[in-house]
Amino acid sequence: MKDTQGRPVIVVTGMGLVTSLGQGKADNWAALTAGKSGIKRIRRFPVEGLKTTIAGTVDFVPAEPFCAAQLSENFARIAAQEAVSQAAIGRKGDFPGPLFVAVPPVEIEWPQRLKVALAAAAPGDVTYADLLRVAENAEFRPWHDLFLFGTVADRLADSFGTKGSPISLSTACSSGATAIQLGVEALRRGEADAALCIGTDGSVQAEALIRFSLLSALSTQNDPPEGASKPFSKNRDGFVMGEGAAALVLETYASARARGATILGVIAGCGEKGDGFHRTRSSPDGAPIIAALRAAIADAGVTPDDIDYVNAHGTSTPENDKMESLGCMTVLGERMKSVPISSNKSMIGHTLTAAGAVEAVISLMTLAHQKIPPTINYAVPDPAIPLDVVPNVAREAKLRRVLSNSFGFGGQNTVLVFATEPTA
Amino acid sequence: MNARDVVITGVGMVSSLGDGLEAHAAALADPARVNIDAESFAPYPVHPTPTLEYDRQIVKKLDQKQMEPWQRLGTYAAGLALEMAGLKGDKERLSNMLMVVAAGGGERDYAVDGQILTQMPKEASPGVYLNERLMGDLRPTLFLAQLSNLLAGNISIVHGVTGASRTFMGEEQAGVDALRIAVERIRARQGDSFLVGGSFNAERPDSLLIWAMGRMLRKGAHVPVWSRKDDPGFMLGSGGAFLVLEAREVAAARGAKPLAVIADIEARRSRRAPGAVAASLMDCLAAAKPALAGKKVAVLSGATGVAPITDEELSAIRAVLPDAPVRATGTRLGHMIEAQFPVGIALAVQALQSGALFPAAANSPDEAPSTAAPEAVAVTCVGHQRGEGLAVIVKAD
Repeated sequence: MKDTQGRPVIVVTGMGLVTSLGQGKADNWAALTAGKSGIKRIRRFPVEGLKTTIAGTVDFVPAEPFCAAQLSENFARIAAQEAVSQAAIGRKGDFPGPLFVAVPPVEIEWPQRLKVALAAAAPGDVTYADLLRVAENAEFRPWHDLFLFGTVADRLADSFGTKGSPISLSTACSSGATAIQLGVEALRRGEADAALCIGTDGSVQAEALIRFSLLSALSTQNDPPEGASKPFSKNRDGFVMGEGAAALVLETYASARARGATILGVIAGCGEKGDGFHRTRSSPDGAPIIAALRAAIADAGVTPDDIDYVNAHGTSTPENDKMESLGCMTVLGERMKSVPISSNKSMIGHTLTAAGAVEAVISLMTLAHQKIPPTINYAVPDPAIPLDVVPNVAREAKLRRVLSNSFGFGGQNTVLVFATEPTA
Repeated sequence: MNARDVVITGVGMVSSLGDGLEAHAAALADPARVNIDAESFAPYPVHPTPTLEYDRQIVKKLDQKQMEPWQRLGTYAAGLALEMAGLKGDKERLSNMLMVVAAGGGERDYAVDGQILTQMPKEASPGVYLNERLMGDLRPTLFLAQLSNLLAGNISIVHGVTGASRTFMGEEQAGVDALRIAVERIRARQGDSFLVGGSFNAERPDSLLIWAMGRMLRKGAHVPVWSRKDDPGFMLGSGGAFLVLEAREVAAARGAKPLAVIADIEARRSRRAPGAVAASLMDCLAAAKPALAGKKVAVLSGATGVAPITDEELSAIRAVLPDAPVRATGTRLGHMIEAQFPVGIALAVQALQSGALFPAAANSPDEAPSTAAPEAVAVTCVGHQRGEGLAVIVKAD
């Protein structure tokens, strides 16, 4: 089956999900539709002296050594396993297509850095020259591979037997959506009949949190933790870091039908637009966000009137929610006031590199269940955002098409359109 | 619909030997010329950043200040590429131009790190101490200089390239994948005009630390990458390269003259084991056979000097292209990780344009002299840890 532009229709036949709410789609869906929050006090490192002391950490997945790189790999592996099992595609360790993984740009961390410094046993003040002097010690050798950016994808490619050169990518907080977009494009080009697209992030550690904190991006309303993330509320004051991963098996409709796979939904369109206004802020007129929304809707071959629900980027920062709302109202017009829009981040926090993929899976579950997860913590409406944010309680609705927004530092704007299974 | 031809219409390049293609042609013409700093990061020599007038490509000082060196190098090289393509300041076209950038990240405040590492072990509550120091001492904007996708972000801000950007990570192979994806998207009409490339700052002790842990860095004297059996490994090089890629018809419509054509591009991942790299490159070269057939071929290798993959690469090239002269960019410019493949392609364009491959490196018995003008340049890139790539760049008729 071809879409309106003569390209193969791209469907999803497997999905996996890990967030602070749990492992697997079923547990996550139950929690999301019950309006539960996964945000809690950080226990993984001391929080004394920090303005923000909460996060949506995933605390039930072990990692050795315990660091963002290993944690991100482990989350991705769990999500991919669930997705590939559900799709029942290929053979074990032999996935018939390429791999696109959005991975956090995480470096060597303080525990490792400190071990190197201790090994150097510098008599005076420690410098990097001291670290370099002992870097070739045998005990540090595994850390070379561990902290390369390409390692997560390489190890996943090994385990799942994906084909070709696996791509590791970052478009900041829209990375997960970009991984899906790359998969869609590869299948439309006819490079393969299936692709494995993953977004993963396990980077809640002290320095990462402090970096965001120094940019005043995080909520400091730590009590109660589950109340901090309040997208679209007047008293929103920043995002809450979250962790997790999501994986999607993309296939051409023809291939999925031919092998009798269950189709979970359609990726109808992808749109993106860069913004050169500022490193962290959107163009004040919202033009790039508007362009990305329009591009996705056009790519899906539909009109703004065909959008039934928006899965918001909804970070809970004053800036994002205002600009996102402006963008949606501009593109969908007066009708946007009655089109439901909700933010999963109110419950799971901002899963950063993983967010676009995590929210893609939730968008597809929303379509499958015909039920919208709420925006929780919505007590003080923002008059500047006159939208139906599905406040606090999940809602059943008749949905055919969902928009999912992802925006990131560095002028990244990516929008995906999901649809129910084609009926042709 | 037929696949479209992909042409290169702009090249910007910076390395320890200077900036711009012409400066590189001049510097590389001297077989012995290299720029090495053996002192600053001893025992690890690096090919350092040359003196650049950043103002020429990054007009606002504030923008320069907001970037760390790797981003400045890349943003500068991107400006050179846009200039050569005749697109600098062409707001309309740049606002639709797409980017695929190969990037690492990082860059740290070395003084802050050193102070923390000195004091942390002496503290009763090291974690609390770490929080206090990072909260108090980290520059907020340093984060933005560390994020991988902020090279693309800076190029958007400085040069106005705002179609949309994607940043690939994963060391050398990120450069290969960036080129391949841009080429395939142009061929398949998923984009018309791309800015593709990467940059790397070798003068970073935190980054040297990672490669040193893997014992990937050469410590001894500078010798050609093919001749490092006594102490295999790479010497990092600062620099970067960006390329403007367009569909041939799109370039023609705006009256731009193609500098070269990307006739083929291959990206592979082998499960590394002895012989795997040789087999993977043989596979790439076999796939590229139609693009190479009947042409005078030269090879620009991105070889690292790491064993045994450097020998395997050379043996694969010799098996398939026994008559082609081979040059290793890493010998002359150092190894540039994510930028290694884009740099090789930039120099391939230079060789095709000038009708001459730069001479064999001094003391490099593995590099044969070349007299014939190359008609096709095979650019190889074998990642030090993973990934193999090949591009065939041919004259633009």
